[in-house]
Amino acid sequence: MSLETPGVTAVAAAPRRAEERVSRGLWSDAFSRLLRNRPALVGLICITAFIGVAILAPVIAPYGPYEQRTGGRLEAPSAAHLFGTDLLGRDMFSRVLYGAQISLQVGVIAVLMALVMGGLIGALAGGLGGWVDSVLMRVTDVLLAIPGILLAIGIIAWLDRGMLQLMLAIAVTYVPIFARLLRGSILALRESDYVIAAGAVGASRLRLLVRHMLPNALTPLIVQATLILATAIIDIAGLGFLGLGPPDPRTPEWGTMLVDARRFLQTAPHIVFFVGGAIVVSAIGFNLLGDGLRESLDPRLKR
Amino acid sequence: MEGTVSEGLPVGGTGDGQLPSGDELIGVESLVKHFEIRGGLLGVRRIGAVRAVDGVSFSVRRGETLGLVGESGCGKTTLGKVILRLIPATSGQVRVKGRPIFGLNDREMIPIRRDMQIVFQDPYGSLNPRMTVGEIVGEGPYVHGLRSRQEREELVRELLARVGLNQSHIHRYPHEFSGGQRQRIGIARALALNPEFVVCDEPVSALDVSIQSQVLNLLDDLQQDLGLTYLFIAHNLAVVEHISDRVGVMYLGKLVELAPVDPLYQQPAHPYTVALLSAVPETDPRKRKKRIVLKGDVPSPAAPPPGCRFHTRCWLRERLGNPERCATDEPALREVRPGQMAACHYAEEVSPAAIEAASRASESGMTAELAAG
Repeated sequence: MSLETPGVTAVAAAPRRAEERVSRGLWSDAFSRLLRNRPALVGLICITAFIGVAILAPVIAPYGPYEQRTGGRLEAPSAAHLFGTDLLGRDMFSRVLYGAQISLQVGVIAVLMALVMGGLIGALAGGLGGWVDSVLMRVTDVLLAIPGILLAIGIIAWLDRGMLQLMLAIAVTYVPIFARLLRGSILALRESDYVIAAGAVGASRLRLLVRHMLPNALTPLIVQATLILATAIIDIAGLGFLGLGPPDPRTPEWGTMLVDARRFLQTAPHIVFFVGGAIVVSAIGFNLLGDGLRESLDPRLKR
Repeated sequence: MEGTVSEGLPVGGTGDGQLPSGDELIGVESLVKHFEIRGGLLGVRRIGAVRAVDGVSFSVRRGETLGLVGESGCGKTTLGKVILRLIPATSGQVRVKGRPIFGLNDREMIPIRRDMQIVFQDPYGSLNPRMTVGEIVGEGPYVHGLRSRQEREELVRELLARVGLNQSHIHRYPHEFSGGQRQRIGIARALALNPEFVVCDEPVSALDVSIQSQVLNLLDDLQQDLGLTYLFIAHNLAVVEHISDRVGVMYLGKLVELAPVDPLYQQPAHPYTVALLSAVPETDPRKRKKRIVLKGDVPSPAAPPPGCRFHTRCWLRERLGNPERCATDEPALREVRPGQMAACHYAEEVSPAAIEAASRASESGMTAELAAG
């Protein structure tokens, strides 16, 4: 193309070309790169399966999650019960499917809560600076100093058991991570030439933050959210294992199911195996996807 | 403007150092920018300051190009950004068309932003990767009240054509362009508000040599067509000579010489300018180069030497037998010859003979060093 022609007139005179098009944005560009990344694709498949199963659990599951059958307790996997049955004769396959629903629901809502709270704190701290920054960052430092699972246990102990409490407890442990991440990005972006240039044309502080800094600080947040979703799923199972999960002990929550099955590790290992496998697959899926996203979204790999 | 810049013709000795304030567009008065170094347990104790710009005064005349040269880290980029109030100054004042701008609040600054714009060095870092060319170039007009999408797009297309870009590129993203094209987008953004004054912060130093001249010519054409005034920051002396009417030389946050381009290049008054010019490579291999190699490194701007900042490395001071005055008295910028200002107590001692002798001494010193090493 004749783009580096020195004469202004030569190009200016050229009529509008047919190639005038709305070009592919960074997002669709990143997505096509993601699909070419083998591990990320595996992660994407795991996650798609996980989400699909969670949404379609009532359709796919051959039995209800609470449905008990006398007689068929701790059965080994068979055609009728793909993952066998548990102590109360409930179909493990159905329970694992419904468990995906709970993990996904609690995990996604918890991470979104953390993202919003942390994002707000980070944007305020980075955008305003000064004493607001100092106060907010010291608060997040305190939160960060307490081990995550301990903090979650404390919050549940304080607020009592319940689904909402579970989400909140997990969310709070990840707030500081998002807050620091966004604050760091904003501090770096504040010095970048294009933000300074936008300031030079007279854009207000709010506009700089919303239009220039936040969109460019978004990708590390998305990557981090995906990776944290993996740990959140493990956290949910961990809290369930500790007896701090959903208040109803019958709930098909993976951690609760694990703790129930633990006693029969020798006689009926398949229960632990399938439940554990479900946790591992979903956690690894989010991890692989997160790493893949990092690679395909990283602006440093592409200018 | 007195001379056409494109031909690189001399402006002549008409310019005088102290300007009649009538044709002053931008006035810079004892501008200081210190970056504080904080330390201590809570990070609030002030343990020092990097004196990036340390008391600089000059004016930019309407329609001229004032070149600003100096080594990396001498504070020239900081100076440009402080003048535009993109980073806050520590002290001093900047006048735009006679109106002091430090002390104005954000709202009062908005109309002033229309008059002064900036073109950045790095064509990759200066465009928001998440915005299309149309959004980037059209942002200024939008902020300043041009809300109609259609009018804005028309304006952007005009600007793109003006800077030599294809109008159909309006909906593309920065990553789809080359460095030279991106720099043109940056120039279009700067022009969108129809400014009078543009700070060009090393606008070509990140570009391929073949593209450099194109962008320089573009800047030149735009200046003539639109009557722009440039503060042209660069470290490439040849580029500055080509484009400037007057040139300021900076060393460690201070302006050490300010003169019309021809006197400065042919008869520099400050020993630092002499050394700087002697470092320009000679294209004619038959010409013997009088090279003065400065000893040592640039002192840290966090702890600049007392007196004249250049005295620790000054070849002239060495020739004069290290006068005490250089290390104690800070020289002010004064008129050495009509129109030529320099900040050196002994600027009158800078003569072709002295330069010749210093370069010979410098060369023999180097050979001795080579033999020893």
